[in-house]
Amino acid sequence: MINKVITKGEFEKFISGIIDANETIGPKQVDTDRDGKPVYQFRQVKSFGEMDLDYTITYSSVKNFFLPFREELSRFDFSEKDWDQTVEYRVNPRAIIGVRPCDINALNILDKVLIGGAYPSPYYLARRRNTFLVGMDHEPLEDCFCESLGQDTVHRGFNLFCEDIGDKYYLTIMSSKAFRFLENVKVTDPTKEDDIKFHERRKRLRDMFKTKVEMTGLQSVMDIEFKSPVWKKWGDKCLNCGSCAMVCPTCYCYGIEENIDVGLKSSRKERVQYSCNLVDFAEVAGGHNFRPLKEDRLKYRYYHHYRGFAQNGDEPICVGCNRCGRACLAGINPKDVINELQLES
Amino acid sequence: MDYKVPKQDINTDPLLSKSPDFNRKSAVMKTDKVYKCEIINIVELTEFEKLFRLKIADRTERELFDFRPGQFAMLEVPGFGEVPLSITSSANNKEYIELCVRKAGRTTEVLHQARLGTKLGLRGPFGTSFPMEEMAGCNILLIAGGLGLAPLRAPIYWASENRNQFKEVHVLYGTKEPAQMLFTYQYGEWEKVNNIKLHTIVEKGDSDWKGRTGLITELFDEVTIDPQNTYVIVCGPPVMFKFVCHHLNGEGIPMNRMFVSLERRMHCGMGKCCRCMVGSTFTCVDGPVFDYWSVLNLKEAI
Ligand SMILES: Cc1cc2nc3c(=O)[nH]c(=O)nc-3n(C[C@H](O)[C@H](O)[C@H](O)COP(=O)(O)OP(=O)(O)OC[C@H]3O[C@@H](n4cnc5c(N)ncnc54)[C@H](O)[C@@H]3O)c2cc1C
Ligand code: SF4
Ligand code: SF4
Ligand code: FES
Repeated sequence: MINKVITKGEFEKFISGIIDANETIGPKQVDTDRDGKPVYQFRQVKSFGEMDLDYTITYSSVKNFFLPFREELSRFDFSEKDWDQTVEYRVNPRAIIGVRPCDINALNILDKVLIGGAYPSPYYLARRRNTFLVGMDHEPLEDCFCESLGQDTVHRGFNLFCEDIGDKYYLTIMSSKAFRFLENVKVTDPTKEDDIKFHERRKRLRDMFKTKVEMTGLQSVMDIEFKSPVWKKWGDKCLNCGSCAMVCPTCYCYGIEENIDVGLKSSRKERVQYSCNLVDFAEVAGGHNFRPLKEDRLKYRYYHHYRGFAQNGDEPICVGCNRCGRACLAGINPKDVINELQLES
Repeated sequence: MDYKVPKQDINTDPLLSKSPDFNRKSAVMKTDKVYKCEIINIVELTEFEKLFRLKIADRTERELFDFRPGQFAMLEVPGFGEVPLSITSSANNKEYIELCVRKAGRTTEVLHQARLGTKLGLRGPFGTSFPMEEMAGCNILLIAGGLGLAPLRAPIYWASENRNQFKEVHVLYGTKEPAQMLFTYQYGEWEKVNNIKLHTIVEKGDSDWKGRTGLITELFDEVTIDPQNTYVIVCGPPVMFKFVCHHLNGEGIPMNRMFVSLERRMHCGMGKCCRCMVGSTFTCVDGPVFDYWSVLNLKEAI
C-alpha cells in the first residue's frame, strides 16, 4: 500500500486516460424518483463528465458486473447422437470508477464465498481479476448503517481508493497497475497537512451516521431467536418479490436453467440470480417445500446475512447499505428487524 | 501514456490438465465441465424407477472418478438439466457406475426416455460419505424406506465385498406396496452369498404378498441390538428417520454412530447456489451424510 495525493484537476486527466483506453463503468443519473430525487446506476461511460462522482447511492449494486443477472456457464452443441460441451469464462478487461467503501467490502465478501472453498467460480474470478477498480468515499445517507457493521471504510479489494480532502484526493494505491498508470500524471507524497485533512474527513464522515443497528452478539441471537415471533410479524408483510436480493451487494444465491436454442442444435446452461424469498427456492420435485411459510423464507435471508455461514468464515455478510430497505415495497428493512430482535432477547 | 488495463488469464498450469478432478482443487477451473458417459444398460426396476449403468467414455476420466458410499453425482442431461443422484453401485467398481432414478419431474422424465447408447454428462462425486472403515468390527444396521434403498446399495456392496470385517449385517427395508420394492432380483444374493439378513415390510400388501405389513419401525422386533457394537445408516423420508433414530437412541446406540442422508434442492453441488442450505449448513458440501447428533443441531432439519 502506498499513499499519494492528487489534485482534482490531475485526477480528471488520469480518469479520462483510463476511460479512453478501456471499457469503463461509472455512476450516472438515469432517472428521478417520485420525489424528484435523482436515481443513479452504474453504466458504461465514454467521458469523465458523463459520470456523477458525487452520487448518493446506486439503486443496484456493482455486484451485477461480477455476477450478472443471467450468465452462461457452458453450452452443448449437438451432433448426431452426441454432443460437445464448451465452457467459456474469459472476459475482457475493464475499469469501474467511483465504487463506495461498503460496495467494495461487499465484493470482498463475495470473493470469500465465490473464490474460496473447494470449488472456486472461474466466471466470477475472471471478472474480478480483469476489473480495475477505483473506489471513492462519500457522505453517508440518513439510512446507511454500514458504520454499525464496521464496513464504512475499506482497506483492500480495490486498485485505487480516493478520499476527498477538499481540492485534492488522498489516494491509497493497492496495485502495481494503478501505480504505473499514475506515473502519467502528477501525484505527490502526502504532507503533514494532507494527513490531518484525511483524518478530519474520516471523522466527519463517521459522525454523520444517523442510523445504528445493534450488532452486539447478533450471531448467537440469530440462533437463539430462531423461533421468535418477530419473524412472523415481518414475514407476514413480505410479498416474496425478491427485490431485496436483486439490489443487495452480497446476495449471491442462484438457480441453474438450461435452455435449448431455437434450431435445436445447441443448448445453454445458465446461472440466474435467485432470491431465497421466492416461494420455490427450497421446493423439491413432487412439491415438498422445505420453507413453506413467508416467515421461514424471510428469516432465512436474515439468518444468512447476519449469522453468516461457514463458507464466509461464519461472519455476517451484510454491509449495511440499506438498498434492500429502500427497495422493499412492504417496508421491511434490516434496522427495524434487527433492532426488534435484539430488544426481544 | 498507456492506460490499458492488461488482460489477466486465470488459467494456470495445473488447470490445463485434461480431465476435471472434483476431489482436488487443482481442477478448479473445470467445475462446470462434465465427464461424458454412455448408458450401457437400463434396468426397469418399478413403474417409476429405472437403474442406469453409465460408463465414462474417456479412460483417464474413468480412472479419476473415485467415490465413497453415500456420495452423490450431478447427472447432466444436455439441453434439459442437471439432477443430483446418489451413486448406487459399488465403490470398487472402476468400469461403470449405476444410478437409480425416480421419475419425479422435468429432467428425470426425459431421462426415463433415454435409450442404450445415449450420452450423458456427469460431475462429481460430491458430498460426505458413510465412514465404512470406522464401522469395521461391528454390527451394521442398514435401514431404508422407499427410494432410500438406492443410496444404501453402495454400503451394502461395501459390506458384501468386505464381509469378514463386519459382524452381523442387517438390512431393514420398507415400502408402501410390494410393487415399489427396488432391486428385488438381488435379495437372494445378498442373503445367500453375502450373509446379509434382509427384513422387509410393506404398509399395504397385495394378494401375492406373504411378508409382514406395517411401518418400518415394527421390524425392530426381528433384530437384537448390541448398542455398544452397532453402527446404523438410515436413508428415507425425514419422518421415517426421525422415528427410527428416536427409537434407536432409546436402545442406547450413540448418536454419532447413526448416519442419515439428507435431501434438499440442489443446483450446483459445490456450496455456491445455497439452494440446499439447512440453517447455516450446506447439504451438498457438509452433507448429504450427517450423523444424528449433527442433524439434531441443524436448524430447520426435520
Ligand atoms: C443428495 C441427493 C441424492 C439424491 N439421490 C437420488 C437418487 O438416487 N435417485 C433419485 O431418483 N432421486 C434422487 N434425488 C432426488 C433427485 O435429485 C430429484 O428427484 C431430481 O432433482 C428431480 O429433478 P427433475 O428435474 O426431474 O424435477 P423438477 O421438479 O423439474 O426439478 C427442477 C430442478 O429442481 C431441483 N430439484 C428438484 N427436486 C429436487 C430434489 N428432490 N433434490 C434435489 N434437487 C431437486 C433440481 O435441480 C432439478 O433440476 C437425490 C437428491 C439429492 C439432493
Ligand atoms: S443492507 Fe440490505 S442490501 Fe445492503 S448489504 Fe445489507 S442486506 Fe444487503
Ligand atoms: S423486497 Fe421486501 S417484500 Fe420483496 S422479498 Fe424482499 S423483504 Fe419481501
Ligand atoms: S447445491 Fe448449491 S450450495 Fe449446495
